[in-house]
Amino acid sequence: MSLEDLKKELEEIVEPSSVHTRDYDRNGCLLEIRAERSRLLSIAQAARDAGFFLEFITAVDFTEGPIAVYQFNECNAVSRIQVKVQLARGESLPSIGRVYDAALWYEREVFDLFGIRFDNHPDLRRLLLPEDADFHPLLKEYGKVHAFRSAREIYVDQDA
Amino acid sequence: MSTRTPETVTEHTFYLNLGPQHPSTHGVLRLFVKLDGEYVMEVDPIIGYGHRGHEKMAESHFYEQFLPNTPRMDYLSGMLFNHAYVAAVEKMTGIKPPPRAEYIRVVCAELNRVASHLMWLGAYLMDLGGVTPFFYAFDDRENILDILDRVSGSRLTYNYCRFGGVARDVDDTFIGATRDFIKRLRGRWKDYNNLVTKNVIFIHRTRDVGVIDKDIALRFGCTGPVLRAAGVPYDVRRVEPYSVYSELDFEIPTGVNGDALDRYMIRLREMEQSLRIIEQALDRLPGGPIRTPTPNKVRPPKGDYYFAAESARGALGYYIVSDGSEYPYRLKVRVPSYGNLQTLTEVLPGTLVADTICILGSIDIVVPEIDR
Repeated sequence: MSLEDLKKELEEIVEPSSVHTRDYDRNGCLLEIRAERSRLLSIAQAARDAGFFLEFITAVDFTEGPIAVYQFNECNAVSRIQVKVQLARGESLPSIGRVYDAALWYEREVFDLFGIRFDNHPDLRRLLLPEDADFHPLLKEYGKVHAFRSAREIYVDQDA
Repeated sequence: MSTRTPETVTEHTFYLNLGPQHPSTHGVLRLFVKLDGEYVMEVDPIIGYGHRGHEKMAESHFYEQFLPNTPRMDYLSGMLFNHAYVAAVEKMTGIKPPPRAEYIRVVCAELNRVASHLMWLGAYLMDLGGVTPFFYAFDDRENILDILDRVSGSRLTYNYCRFGGVARDVDDTFIGATRDFIKRLRGRWKDYNNLVTKNVIFIHRTRDVGVIDKDIALRFGCTGPVLRAAGVPYDVRRVEPYSVYSELDFEIPTGVNGDALDRYMIRLREMEQSLRIIEQALDRLPGGPIRTPTPNKVRPPKGDYYFAAESARGALGYYIVSDGSEYPYRLKVRVPSYGNLQTLTEVLPGTLVADTICILGSIDIVVPEIDR
């Protein structure tokens, strides 16, 4: 299934206004979806049915709370899509591990480094850090960082 | 009679630790394996022994200061990681490297890809019990290390690319040595085929072992030779060409079964394709400067950017979020071995312990790349 078909399908799952077309030369991806956390599983399922694979899951820490970033891609042509979910601090995400097996480790990594919990994850242990670690290193409050900003400051020109 | 032990609690079930210091785990990987006699029932790969926090380090360093970190993630294909990072930041900032630099980068990156595959070839066959090919492969690889050492100053962790170009120009000695090496390695294919590809023991140990088919590969996000062995011709150099790959002619070898033998064949054929790329790039190597002048500190515009490249192990990517300052706000590296290693949890159950080593070796992991 092509990116256009998936886009139409996604516009039924989320509000059409939260599906943004991106410039490949400027962002490296073609489609960006600002989603609610409750829609995540349906989006992942649609991507899986369309033959996309999960490229990675990560998060970026902001003052208003972390943004989780999911990236899907397809093998035949450049059709990279990013799904961004703004979370409040301490909020959890639904696990998409039963749609994509690859997500199981990525979710463990995000839990490990950012402390974001994933509901219904079968085995949410730390992945990279030792089991008895009591910190989440990629949060901006930890260690030496240059800046701790609000998401609106960084994605200023992208919300149009 | 009900005196038999229930099947769920057999006396044969036991746990075995493979690694983290086992020589066949390539780096520091620990496989916690549940065994029933000789058969694997469950496997839990435990990683993180080589976690250095590169992504955290990036947040307190300038873009330039992060350059030496890149080849240290995947130390076997350092040039490819270095190249991809530089290309990503160049795309963000709009710096255009001169054509000569682009061609030099491609030559060095492909040399590094060949070196990585040769290293894999030697180490994998040693895992399977054949020591001789190891010496052949390392003998050839040594040539590449010498060539790259001459131009970049390092033998393994090449920090050679710079924003807007490369650190040093190549000379006729470099070009001559590279051409000699291509000739030498092409003469070696016959030896490798006689020693390994036609070897009955090798074929029987790898054929139909560790089958990773298209479905498993897509569910786990596998890329690189693992995905191509399953018959999917996905190569970032072809699907979204970066640098000058769109101008060069090369084939993408694919397999059929996705077993360990296919993965071996793919890597062998990829080395030949890399040699073709190097030859073409050397033929077309333009003159001119090797570096565009850039400011001392690059400041990419606000926003996020994803750049994909093909490492020796699969699709590598840098996801960089910039806040407009000289420090990356967040830098995430998507490493190819991550998904490839995770398939073990599905592929290994049901196989023999001896095949565990064969399958683990065949997916070509570099654990410090996964740990970052």
